[in-house]
Amino acid sequence: MTYLTKLSAAALSELLVSKQVSAVEATRAHLDHITAVDTDLHAFLHVAGDAALATAAEIDARRAAGEPLNALAGVPIAIKDVLATRDMPTTAGSKILEGWVPPYDATVVARLRAAGLVPLGKTNMDEFAMGSSTEHSAYGITRNPWDRDRIPGGSGGGSAAAVASFQAPLALGSDTGGSIRQPAAVTGSVGVKPTYGGVSRYGAIALASSLDQVGPVSRTVYDAALLHDVIGGHDPLDSTSLTESWPSMAAAARDGLKDGALKGVRVGVIKELSGDGFQAGVTQRFTETLAMLVAAGAEITEVSAPNFEYAVAAYYLILPAEASSNLARFDSVRFGIRVNPDSGSLTSEHVMSATREAGFGPEVKRRIILGTYALSAGYYDAYYGSAQKVRTLIQRDFAAAFSQVDVLVSPSAPTTAFKFGEKLADPMAMYINDVTTIPANLAGVPGMSIPMGLAPEDGLPVGLQIMAPAKADARLYTVGAAIEQLLEARWGHTMLSQAPALTPTEMFASEEGAV
Amino acid sequence: MAKAELMDFDKALELFEPVLGFEVHVELNTKTKMFCGCANEFGSGANTNTCPTCLGLPGGLPQVNKKAIESSIRLGLALGCEIAEHSRFARKNYFYPDTAKNFQTSQYDDPICHDGSITIELESGRLVTVEIERAHMEDDAGKLTHMGGATGRIQGADYSLVDYNRGGVPLVEIVTQMIEGAEHDAPEIGKTYVAAIREIAKALGVSNARMEEGNVRCDANVSLRPRGSNVLGTRTETKNVNSLRSVERAVRYEIQRQAAVLAGGGTITQETRHWHEDTGITSAGRPKSDADDYRYFPEPDLLPMAPSREWVEELRLTLPEPPAARRKRLQAAWGFANLEFQDVVNSDLLDAVEATVAAGASAQAARKWWTGEIARLANAAGVAADSLVTPAQLAALIELVEAGTLTDRLARQVLEGVIAGEGTPAEVVDSRGLAVVSDDGALIAAIDAALLGQPDVLAKIRDGKVQAAGAVIGAVMKAMRGQADAARVRELVLERAATIE
Repeated sequence: MTYLTKLSAAALSELLVSKQVSAVEATRAHLDHITAVDTDLHAFLHVAGDAALATAAEIDARRAAGEPLNALAGVPIAIKDVLATRDMPTTAGSKILEGWVPPYDATVVARLRAAGLVPLGKTNMDEFAMGSSTEHSAYGITRNPWDRDRIPGGSGGGSAAAVASFQAPLALGSDTGGSIRQPAAVTGSVGVKPTYGGVSRYGAIALASSLDQVGPVSRTVYDAALLHDVIGGHDPLDSTSLTESWPSMAAAARDGLKDGALKGVRVGVIKELSGDGFQAGVTQRFTETLAMLVAAGAEITEVSAPNFEYAVAAYYLILPAEASSNLARFDSVRFGIRVNPDSGSLTSEHVMSATREAGFGPEVKRRIILGTYALSAGYYDAYYGSAQKVRTLIQRDFAAAFSQVDVLVSPSAPTTAFKFGEKLADPMAMYINDVTTIPANLAGVPGMSIPMGLAPEDGLPVGLQIMAPAKADARLYTVGAAIEQLLEARWGHTMLSQAPALTPTEMFASEEGAV
Repeated sequence: MAKAELMDFDKALELFEPVLGFEVHVELNTKTKMFCGCANEFGSGANTNTCPTCLGLPGGLPQVNKKAIESSIRLGLALGCEIAEHSRFARKNYFYPDTAKNFQTSQYDDPICHDGSITIELESGRLVTVEIERAHMEDDAGKLTHMGGATGRIQGADYSLVDYNRGGVPLVEIVTQMIEGAEHDAPEIGKTYVAAIREIAKALGVSNARMEEGNVRCDANVSLRPRGSNVLGTRTETKNVNSLRSVERAVRYEIQRQAAVLAGGGTITQETRHWHEDTGITSAGRPKSDADDYRYFPEPDLLPMAPSREWVEELRLTLPEPPAARRKRLQAAWGFANLEFQDVVNSDLLDAVEATVAAGASAQAARKWWTGEIARLANAAGVAADSLVTPAQLAALIELVEAGTLTDRLARQVLEGVIAGEGTPAEVVDSRGLAVVSDDGALIAAIDAALLGQPDVLAKIRDGKVQAAGAVIGAVMKAMRGQADAARVRELVLERAATIE
C-alpha cells in the first residue's frame, strides 16, 4: 500500500470517492510510512494513530451509507503544532506547553474535521514559530528529506518535511514572515500564505497577531487549493477575519491548467529581491523560469519596491513587540508547566518568573526582550511607531507594483536549505533569510511558494514565490498551477519524485555502516 | 494597622487647598462579556463563565460586544462627552494572576468618549461642574481570594484562589479632569459626583449600578496644595472605594492625613492606597509613578472602531432625562417638601412613585404608601419595596381609599392580601369581604340600635352636646367590624338623634 502515500490528495480523493481505496487503508499506509521514516526525520511531535484510524473508519462508514462528503474526506493531514487540537497535545514547539491538551479546536482544525479529513498528528516547529530552520524547537530538530544534514526550513519545518517525505499529502502551516513558504521552498513542496484575514486565526497560538496567517502545505498547487477551500472563509471568532465570500481556489487552480492560462498575464519581477545575497543556483532557476513564462505568453516587467529594504528591520520590531505581549499569558497559572524557584518565596511573581525562565528557549527570550524594549515608554515612537510607518510604505510599494502587474514573483528564499547549526549562532543571518517572504506579511497580501527546480551546485530544491494583491488569492492558484504544469512538463516528472528515497532499510544500513 | 496622625479638617483647609480627581469604573450589564460570548453574571460558580478567550488560553481571540460599545457611547453622551469618530483598543501590559492574558484590553490614545462634563448640586445648593477627561472601554480582571491570612489581603496569605468569571466583563472607566476649588466641600463633592455617575448609569439602564456588588467602583485621587502656592502637591490614589459614604470619608481622611504629614515637614509618597471600610482609614499600597510603563500598543486582534455619526445621533435620542433635571421636575410637579422628596429619593423609590402617579394616584398618597407601609413591610421581609407590589396595584388601592370603599386600616389589610398574591386590590376586597359598609340602611339600623340602647347619650346629643356622639360612633364602628366610614357614621348619628322616636 506504500503507493498510496505517493499520491496527491486529489488523486487519493478519486480512489476514495470511487471506493477503490478506503480511508482506513489510506490512513494506515501513511501511519506505516511515518513509523518507517519519522524516527529519523522527526517531522511529527505527536502521532495520533488510533484516533486517525477511528476517524478514517467513521468516514468509510459515512461513505458506505451514501452520505455526501467533501472531496477531501478520508484524506490524511498533518497539523502544525501551533494549532489548538482538543484531542492532541499542542505545544507550539515549546517546553512551556509540554503535554498541554487544549479544551477546544482551532477553527481551521474544526473545519478540517467537519470536512472529514483525517488528522494524523502534530508537526514540529520552531518554538512559537520563531525561526527559519525548526532548530529552535524544544523537542529536537526535523531533518530535510532531501539531505538529512540540512534544515527543513522554519518555522513550519515539520509540516513541510512531512509532506515532502510522503508522510502526509497535506499539512497545515502558519506563516508570520515566511514560515509556510520558506519550508516549502527548501523541501520542494508547495505552501501558501493566504491574504491576511482570509483564514481564521482562532485557535492558532499567536506569534504576531497582525502578521500571522494559517495556510495550506502540499505537494501540488491543486491540493493546496482544495485545502484552502476547506479552511478559508469568515470566522466570527476572529475579528480580523474578512467577511467577503471567496471564489473556489480549486476552480482557480483548474483554470491554470487550461491552454494559454499565462497568456497576457503581467508578471512583475521585484528588483530589490534579487542579486546580492542570492545563491547562484537560485538566481539561475529563477531566470530560467522567467524565460519559460515569456515563452508561455506572459509579460515580464521589472518593478521597484524601494521600501522592501527596510522590511526585515521593521518586521523584527513589530513581531517581537506583538510577541512580547502575546506570550505574556504563558505564566503557569492556568495551563502549561509550572516551575517553582530554587530559592525565595513561592509568590506568583517568582513562580511565573521561574516558569518562564525554564519554559522558554533562548530565541523566544531574545524576542520577548527585544519586543518589551521596543514598546517601552520613550522608545515606542522610535521603534514600534517607525516600524509601523515602514509597514505603510511597504503597502504602498505593493499597491504601486500591482497597479502595473497582476502578480509579483521572486525566489522564495535567497538560498537552498542550509546546514544544521550554520546560522544558529548568528540571529541576524537567520533573520535575513526571510527577506523575500516578510514583505507579504507586512502588507497582508497572499503569497505562494512552488518548486522551480534544483540548484545545480547542491542539488537542492529552489522555490518560486508568487504574490498577488490582497484578496486575489485565486489568482495565485491559477498562475501557480499553470507554472507548475509547465515546469513538470519540462522536467518530465514532479519535483518530489526526485527526492532521495527514505526507506527504513537505508536508514538502518547507514546506522550499521556507522558501527 | 497604626492610625496615621490626622490634622483637624478645618485647620487642614486653612493651610492647604485640596485638589481632587476621580476614576470611576462602571461595570456594564450586557448579557455577555466584552470580548467573548460568556455570560456576564454575578454569583455563578467559580470559573464557570469562562472560555478560551477570557481564560487567556493559547489561541484565544477577542470579539467585540457591540452592545457594550452602544452602552459606552450612551454613557458618554449622558456625560456630555464627544464620541470619537475613530477609536481603538490598546493593550495595557502587566503581569498579575487575575489578568488572564497578562494584559488588559483597554483604550489608550483613542478613547471612545472624551471631553464631557456634569454639574452636580451639593446639599448647600452649590453647583459644581466636574469636567470629564475621557470615558474608555476595557475588560475587567478576575477576582482573587487570598486564603489563610488574617486580613484577607495578599500579605500573609498562604495561597490565593482566582475566579475568572468577572474576567472580561465590560467596564467603562470615567476619568475626571483635576477638580480645583473644592475647598471644604471636597468630601461631599466626591460622594455627590460618584452618586451622580451611579444615577446616570442606572437611568440609562447600562449598569446594575450596585456599588455593593462592585458595579460602580471609585478610585479617589487627592493632593494638597499649600495656600499661596501654584504648584500641585503629590497625589495619592485611594483604590476601590465602594460606597458613597466611603468616598466622602476617604477624601476627608486623605486630606487630614496628608495635611498632617506636610505640616510636619514630611512628603507625600505618590502611591496607591487601600481604603479600610471597618476602621475608616487608608493604608499604603504600591508606589505608583507617572512612569509606570504599561507598554501600551494598539490591540492587533481587534479592528479600529468608527461609530457612525448617524448611530451616535440615534443613540442620543434614546437618552433618558438627566437624573438631576428629572428630580427637579418631579419635585415641583408633586409639590413635595424637600424632606418628603429626599425620603423618596433616598429610599430609591422615585421610579415607583412616578409610576404610581402615572397610574392615576395622587403624589402624596403614592409617597405615603411607598415610604410608609410598603417600605415597612419590605424592610421586615428584607426585600426591595418595589418588589412587593406594582405601581398599578398600589394606584388601584389608593383609588379604593379615595372613593371611600376602604379606610386606611382596611386598605392595609388589602395590601397584605395583594402582597400575599391574592389578586388585585378589588379582588382582595371581595374575597376578604373588607369593603366599607356604605349601605345607609344597615348603618341606620345599627345607629338606631345604639342610640336607643344609650338613652342618656341620646339626650345629651339632643341637648346640643355633639361630642357625646363619639360613644355612639364607636359602638357603631364596632358593630360594623370597622368596615364603615367614620365620617358618614357621624353624619348619620346626628341626623338620627334629631329624628329618632
